Amino acid sequence: MKNLDPQLVWALSGVLGLLTISSLIGWMIKLAVKKPEAQATIRNLNSRIAAWWVMSAIFGLTMVLGQIGSLVLFGLMSLLALREYVTLLPTRRADHRTLFWSFFIFTPLQYVLIGIHWYGMFAILIPVYAFLFVPTRLAIAGDTELFLERASAIQWGLMVCVYCLSYAPALLMLQIPGYAPDAKLLLYLVLVDQLSDVLQYVWGKLLGKHKIAPVVSPNKTWEGFIGGVATATLIGTALWWMTPFRPWVAAVVSLSITLMGFAGGLTMSAIKRDRGVKDYGTLIKGHGGILDRMDSMCFAAPVFFHIVRYFYVR
Amino acid sequence: MSAHPLAGVIAAGARLISGVQVQWVDSAPDARQAVYFANHSSHLDFVVLWSSLPAEVRALTRPVAAQDYWSAGFRKALAVNVFRAVLVARHAATCEAQQEPADPHLAIEHMLQAMGERESLILFPEGTRGTGDEVAAFKSGLYYLCQQRPGLRLVPAYLNNLNRILPKGEVLPVPFLSRLTFGPAITLDAGESKPAFLLRAREAVCRLKDL
Repeated sequence: MKNLDPQLVWALSGVLGLLTISSLIGWMIKLAVKKPEAQATIRNLNSRIAAWWVMSAIFGLTMVLGQIGSLVLFGLMSLLALREYVTLLPTRRADHRTLFWSFFIFTPLQYVLIGIHWYGMFAILIPVYAFLFVPTRLAIAGDTELFLERASAIQWGLMVCVYCLSYAPALLMLQIPGYAPDAKLLLYLVLVDQLSDVLQYVWGKLLGKHKIAPVVSPNKTWEGFIGGVATATLIGTALWWMTPFRPWVAAVVSLSITLMGFAGGLTMSAIKRDRGVKDYGTLIKGHGGILDRMDSMCFAAPVFFHIVRYFYVR
Repeated sequence: MSAHPLAGVIAAGARLISGVQVQWVDSAPDARQAVYFANHSSHLDFVVLWSSLPAEVRALTRPVAAQDYWSAGFRKALAVNVFRAVLVARHAATCEAQQEPADPHLAIEHMLQAMGERESLILFPEGTRGTGDEVAAFKSGLYYLCQQRPGLRLVPAYLNNLNRILPKGEVLPVPFLSRLTFGPAITLDAGESKPAFLLRAREAVCRLKDL
């Protein structure tokens, strides 16, 4: 716990305050609303809030531990996300060793590359080397049935669950002139992205009427989308002081995080609908699996990283 | 019988690796004597089933395992000390296709002795690991056990995806999420024939597959 950045402390205290207020609101709703048909939603709301406390505590702890903490946390999340993803795939017996490589060689290696700040290899390990390795290993295994489908599905899982998600802790290797290299940018991304999810849910529950994608994601509404994106962007703008951005840039960047997050949620829902499941897993009570919580992050993190890197590094 | 100090840790580790989601359909965990029987597609099957029982039930439950696989080194130490496995000899130790115990009556006697008055068993009546796509016909052991112990409760269970985590012929596991579904106990009816009973027992397992 070496002298923490005061801005980081402020932001983390803000999270603590937000959680406390949410728990109070959840508790008041539970006391106030007696309609039996609303009980299931209220129970789910309160277990979601309880899970937020746990998730925030874990995330906060890893931030305090520095880069290694964030790498271990996101590395584990990649493994868990990949596990949820491949469980839904119609894999065949011959995929076993390719999957072993994906879990236990490529995933750890990707995070090690961030740890040693080797940007050039971090950026291509999965899009180039794993991309070519996966079909080769499958060909060696000798089962040609649905070959392209199997190879693509494994490549896609590695890209989303490992490559894209690893961009979040990769923010820690960016050296921005005049900006202390610590976990603030990562916290900023997580805050805006996750608040956007939460606020889309809240606005949707309060005002939601017009479905935005009834087939893919029946719970998403226009009201939730617009309300959530707008308020999360506002909050992201108001937090400009913890970033290297000027306020109007913070607004544009926050908007891109929320829109990419929405794209991630929608895409990962399409897979769930195709496979006929409601959630990817049961790890986080009230939320579903890791992928149900991190779907937006998988899409927002790489774009956020490259915006920052292109405009602010060097 | 007190549990091995490592039992809780190993059970938690097995649940973590297998990501197992346990459900009890029309039934509940129960420490009374029973034989848990399930489909068999992986060496991990009994470890996961054993790990998924509540600690107090687990402490009274012993898996029946093939002596040839679990009889050497680290595996043996684990099987004997932690799982308290009942090791049963199969025919030619090298040939998996020979699933019938070397001497069926001796094996049944061995299992009954291991059960005593209070302890439960975990048994895979297919006799050998399948590919995971289909449940093979059941061997007779289950029937003979019930004949010797009238009223013995048999608790069916279906293990999903364990064959994907560690299929036959692989040494290294791949972490998939798995599912374990327990169903209501069955017993041998008075006068029920061996084939009819074995079919009914197999059906009790198969129906849990998609619940």
